[in-house]
Amino acid sequence: MRARQLLRSLHGNKVGAALEELHRSENDLAAALLHVSDQHKVDHEIFYVARDIARWSQEHVRRLAEVGGDYGLDLDPDAEDDATPLAPIKQKGTELTGRFHEPTLLLLADLRRIHRDAAGVSLDWEVLAQTAQAMQDRELLGVCQECHPETLRQMRWANAKVKETAAQIMVTG
Amino acid sequence: MEAVAGRTRELVAERGPSSVGFYTTGQLFLEEYYTLGLIAHGGIGTNHVDGNTRLCTATAAAALKESFGCDGQPGSYTDIDHADTICLYGHNMAETQTVLWTRILDRLAGPNPPQLVCVDPRLTPVAEAARVHLAPRPGTNVMLMNALLREILDHGWVDRDYLEAHTVGFAELSKMLDGYTVERAAEVCGVPPSDLREAARIIGAAERLLSTVLQGFYQSHQATAAAVQVNNVHIVRGMLGKAGCGILQMNGQPTAQNTRECGADGDLPAFRNWSNDAHIADLARVWNIDPMDIPHYTSPTHAMQIMRYVEDGSIRFLYVTATNPAVSMPELRRMREILSQDRLFLVVQDIFLSETAQLADVVLPAATWGEKTGTFTNVDRTVHLSEKAVEPPGEARADLEILLDYARRLDLRDKDGAPLVKWRTAEEAFDGWRECTRGRPCDYTGLSYDKLRGGSGIQWPCNDEHPDGAEHIYVAGDFWSHPDHCESYGRDMVTGAPVEPSEYRSLNPDGKAILKAAEYLPPHEMPSEEFPFQLITGRTLYHFHTRTKTGRAPQLQAAAPEVWVEASAADAEEQGWTEGDLLRVTTPRGEVSARLRVSGIRQGVLFLPFHYGYWDTDAGHRPDGSDGRAANELTLTDWDPASKQPIFKTAAAAAHRIGAAEGPSLAPTTTGSRPVTTEVPATSGGPTALAEERFENTGAAR
Repeated sequence: MRARQLLRSLHGNKVGAALEELHRSENDLAAALLHVSDQHKVDHEIFYVARDIARWSQEHVRRLAEVGGDYGLDLDPDAEDDATPLAPIKQKGTELTGRFHEPTLLLLADLRRIHRDAAGVSLDWEVLAQTAQAMQDRELLGVCQECHPETLRQMRWANAKVKETAAQIMVTG
Repeated sequence: MEAVAGRTRELVAERGPSSVGFYTTGQLFLEEYYTLGLIAHGGIGTNHVDGNTRLCTATAAAALKESFGCDGQPGSYTDIDHADTICLYGHNMAETQTVLWTRILDRLAGPNPPQLVCVDPRLTPVAEAARVHLAPRPGTNVMLMNALLREILDHGWVDRDYLEAHTVGFAELSKMLDGYTVERAAEVCGVPPSDLREAARIIGAAERLLSTVLQGFYQSHQATAAAVQVNNVHIVRGMLGKAGCGILQMNGQPTAQNTRECGADGDLPAFRNWSNDAHIADLARVWNIDPMDIPHYTSPTHAMQIMRYVEDGSIRFLYVTATNPAVSMPELRRMREILSQDRLFLVVQDIFLSETAQLADVVLPAATWGEKTGTFTNVDRTVHLSEKAVEPPGEARADLEILLDYARRLDLRDKDGAPLVKWRTAEEAFDGWRECTRGRPCDYTGLSYDKLRGGSGIQWPCNDEHPDGAEHIYVAGDFWSHPDHCESYGRDMVTGAPVEPSEYRSLNPDGKAILKAAEYLPPHEMPSEEFPFQLITGRTLYHFHTRTKTGRAPQLQAAAPEVWVEASAADAEEQGWTEGDLLRVTTPRGEVSARLRVSGIRQGVLFLPFHYGYWDTDAGHRPDGSDGRAANELTLTDWDPASKQPIFKTAAAAAHRIGAAEGPSLAPTTTGSRPVTTEVPATSGGPTALAEERFENTGAAR
């Protein structure tokens, strides 16, 4: 315990910066997932699953804010939620284009962005986990071990959806 | 037929094979599914083939794949005769599998009756016979199962040796269950904690445990995850592969098992793995085509996605056999819009002019069982031969004959230029199928029409090793889940993403049973101020599917003549409703009006039977300007990400009285819709339903 406190207060350690960065990128990922969900309401599985797994990022934001307190950070535990005023408008817009095939190209682009964002978040967790190990901060390491697998699942989801839909979107116009 | 084949050829030439889709059923014969799968996957080269089994049995298959790497039923009907404990999860067997239920009634009335545990939000005949009846809030099955599993683990009611020798994933499961206390589940599911503990104790004390699962799990939120936890109970207790110890992940239709086996439902024939190139090469060898001719860049497209592709216009030819999506699919207003598009060429092959057939460009009249020959396999792998007894009426032809005609007109060829479909009769098709199954889990190589004649059915695998079939599979922990052999590497049960082959190989290199843990997620549509009830849909004893046949049987029609809605006595009192009141039930998708039956259903939940469509109304295929009567006017387009089975049992709804009672509702009194008052006349068949059967003494043993 004493050693951990000692390491935490080491002059020049960048844990705070890493936590802040991850807190920001998880927040962005939650928002991106909710955006994809609203944007593709006519693709029902995208709509619901993106919402379900946005919740993981929201929970990660809360955990990061909690552990950030140990490092003297004041991070907002509340991630962006789905009650944005624009959501119903976006959902309505996508319902109007449901009869057209072309908008599905946007789906590929949006999934590509989710995959890229989630990959970034995943690397951020990697950095934080390594740091936690070096600093022997079991609490922080525990958070990394619980959250990071869900980031990987978000990434695999985006990859799988691209794989599943690409052929129909690209070949059958 | 020329229009059907001609439009197929045109579209394939103009827009590619992925502009063509097939939507079949769980009610044809094995030979017909296999031929359809061959034509679609191997001949035309489309990935868009599925059955209405997606609505009834997809989760059964998905749950078996998650736990055992492969479809195939671990249990046998004979387990009912041996079990000391039978758990029915979301399975109103008394109405869905009546003959099987009489087998349980026999046990209950005999010496050493088994104890029953029932999970169902309605007071069904099963619930009334159960020692413990858990009636959870719709959409909370995973929470319930996790709490039961945690109790079982906490009390050490597990088979440590079995776990050690035959399973992977126990550490992850134990970790997941940490947070799932009985108290938490009691709160979330709205079930007394003492009942949860008692159910866990009964399951934990069982020495021969049989579990059956059906639509209460399969058509609800987190379908696969919940069904998999039932498998987990059996795996941790080591209760598989011996008499009385079985799982029956049930099917909803007579030949649903064949749809799954034969590759007509989003799987490839004989449980081949679409993401294993060796399996594709092997299938191409059987069909004598190039492996590239079999689309396998992703899993075969599921029905809900096929409809989405029809909606966005990328599928323009849909060939529907023996099913009625215009009534059975969720969100019917959307479904009617999809199916009535001008740009869609819709073919419907059926025995009656169903609602869907009324929307078709071409209707092909088909024969039904008794008018054609073929085999079918039931849920416990028993293969039967069903022989033709009478000629089909009018221009109707056997589905197989129509499909063979279609293949001939498309002039489908193998890689040597010979006809792709090499059979002309059902028996030849069966022989072709037999070869296709060689070495696969559902091995039919020991079966033939001759062998199936005369007896009462044979359980696969039937081959050199098991010449008379096999009552149980997974005997002594011998699974089909080896990475080279398995049908599926599984999916993430929340996201639906397929597990990558390399990942599976490192998880389960030796082909053991997989304990797959699942976190509980809240349902996607929760009750609100505007929509305060939870709506579930389901079957009644007297009707099947969309009443295409049962609505034409006078006694059945009289027993359940019109749609009704069920609510609890507490809700009726609170709302000031009485038995027989006309209610309008509303969701954001539509309205249905129905007479109220005050039944033993859980408070806060409404139930609508899903059978009633419009073929026997003036409008024919849709509501006639007023409220609908099809439950699916109200249901949500949402499905389980792993099994892709639509969720019919977790919608938020409102209900208001729009007319006073003119007597009790006409819902049956003999079933789950039994009224809470005794003032409703009992349902009875009447004189025309009476049958007399005499057994002549033939000198045989029985």
